[in-house]
Amino acid sequence: MMAQGPNVDMNLYRKRRLANLLVLFGSILTTLFGLFWLCWLLFTLFSHGFQYLALSVFTQPTPPPGESGGLANAIVGSIIITGAGILVGAPVGVLAGTFLSEFAMDSRLASAVRFINDVLLSAPSIILGVFIYEIVVVPMGHFSGWAGALALALIALPIILRTTEDMLKLVPHTMREAACALGAPRWKVTVAIVYRAARAGIFTGILLAVARITGETAPLLFTALNNQFWSSSLNEPVANLPVVIFQFAMSPYEDWQHLAWAGALLITLSVLVLNILVRTFLSGSSRR
Amino acid sequence: MEKEKNQTNLLARGFKDIKGLDREGAGEKGRLATKIEVRNLDFFYGKFKALHSISLEIPEKKVTAMIGPSGCGKSTLIRCFNRIYQLYPGQRAEGEIFLDGMDILSPSIDLNLLRAKVGMVFQKPTPFPMSVYDNIAFGVRLYEKLSRAEMDERVEWALRKAALWKEVKDKLRQTGTALSGGQQQRLCIARAIAVKPEVVLLDEPCSALDPISTAKVEDLIDELVADYTIIIVTHNMQQAARVSDFTAFMYMGKLIEFDNTDRVFTNPRKKATEDYITGRFG
Repeated sequence: MMAQGPNVDMNLYRKRRLANLLVLFGSILTTLFGLFWLCWLLFTLFSHGFQYLALSVFTQPTPPPGESGGLANAIVGSIIITGAGILVGAPVGVLAGTFLSEFAMDSRLASAVRFINDVLLSAPSIILGVFIYEIVVVPMGHFSGWAGALALALIALPIILRTTEDMLKLVPHTMREAACALGAPRWKVTVAIVYRAARAGIFTGILLAVARITGETAPLLFTALNNQFWSSSLNEPVANLPVVIFQFAMSPYEDWQHLAWAGALLITLSVLVLNILVRTFLSGSSRR
Repeated sequence: MEKEKNQTNLLARGFKDIKGLDREGAGEKGRLATKIEVRNLDFFYGKFKALHSISLEIPEKKVTAMIGPSGCGKSTLIRCFNRIYQLYPGQRAEGEIFLDGMDILSPSIDLNLLRAKVGMVFQKPTPFPMSVYDNIAFGVRLYEKLSRAEMDERVEWALRKAALWKEVKDKLRQTGTALSGGQQQRLCIARAIAVKPEVVLLDEPCSALDPISTAKVEDLIDELVADYTIIIVTHNMQQAARVSDFTAFMYMGKLIEFDNTDRVFTNPRKKATEDYITGRFG
């Protein structure tokens, strides 16, 4: 080999450096553009909503027009409906995801299920709300918390199914073989070994679904509707934050508008906290 | 046709010599019992025929090594012994495999019980996502009801046998994935023998290990063979020569030669075997 430096065409090199700088500059600019809107949104929410976030928001129920009050019944109602929705949607989603990943794999049934799931995943939530209206609210004769929970479950289910299947597929097949080689029956391999290996991922999927359904308004309009007072059971309309915000924000009453800002801020904060939790949970378990 | 005739002759001659060796050498041992007998085994990955009419007798409580170039079918063959291929649709075996006289390829066999009898250690160490203790206890709990003290004993016994006890006795509650690669593989071996199988299949157990861990695993095999029938697939011919009593040489899905390890490595019958062992191909 001759002792000589590389043959560099300085023109070409300079052009490449320029192109590199331009693209770098362009990507930073577009990132800032996107971040700008996000920051503006958060800033608006905080500046308008934070001042109305008093203790009364958490302790007093929604007031009649013209009076002051809080959002307590809406908050509790949202928590209950979301919880019930996840309680219905998560087991179905996890089991279906397990079926697709562990037992059906490449069969035609699996492809069909995946396709239907993808369609459901991108279905507008208002359509799901109308659907539940037709099959639950109409036969029941009235709006109810159950219908609301069902609508939210339908939204959460495809998300959980997808993430569960993806997380389970990440478990190396050698681990399954090792468990089978010990003589473990298939169900035990899935429950004791595969679930255990993928539990962080599956939990993350469920948390993401919760974050998604926390702010869904349209389906609740047709199913749980709203309630000015505390609901004694899920069999009647249940107060919930998104619909309350919808109602209050468009009203001419100032008290109601203030509460709407506070409610919007609350929803944003809870989704933010959930996402942070998800990230710390994920990074914590991967560090282990 | 010719090859198959040669194979049968080879087998017949091979066994006569084994029996002859026993009579000359060990004296009191007598005939070697057969643990696994393979009869005309064909194996298919979908349409591709990976094994061609394999016939073989694996002797009991001896180490049998399977050697051959990549893709010759050694792993495929031993994966038939515990039917782990059944996890994948499209893979099927035709023929007969007798374990202690029972045809394990018949559909009436309970797969889980078979796998409790025939254990397997894989190439890549795969500790379960649980503590070291639970890793070993998992297999045992499947089929035996042991008290806390008995389970502690069994775990310690398995870890001692795998030459891992001293290194992990203070870390039993730590997760299995925190161990080093060599330790993880020995953990997998401990896990496999804790259930007290009759046959242990080792699929290139040392290929992912450093030389010191490899030496430890080979010492382990020497110790285990007193109680278990061991079949080891290895790419490393020196390892096969060091560790095994019998060696099977396979090529392109066919069994070319099966004999005493000494005979195979010093005076092989077939030219193909000689070429492989001297490194002329593979």
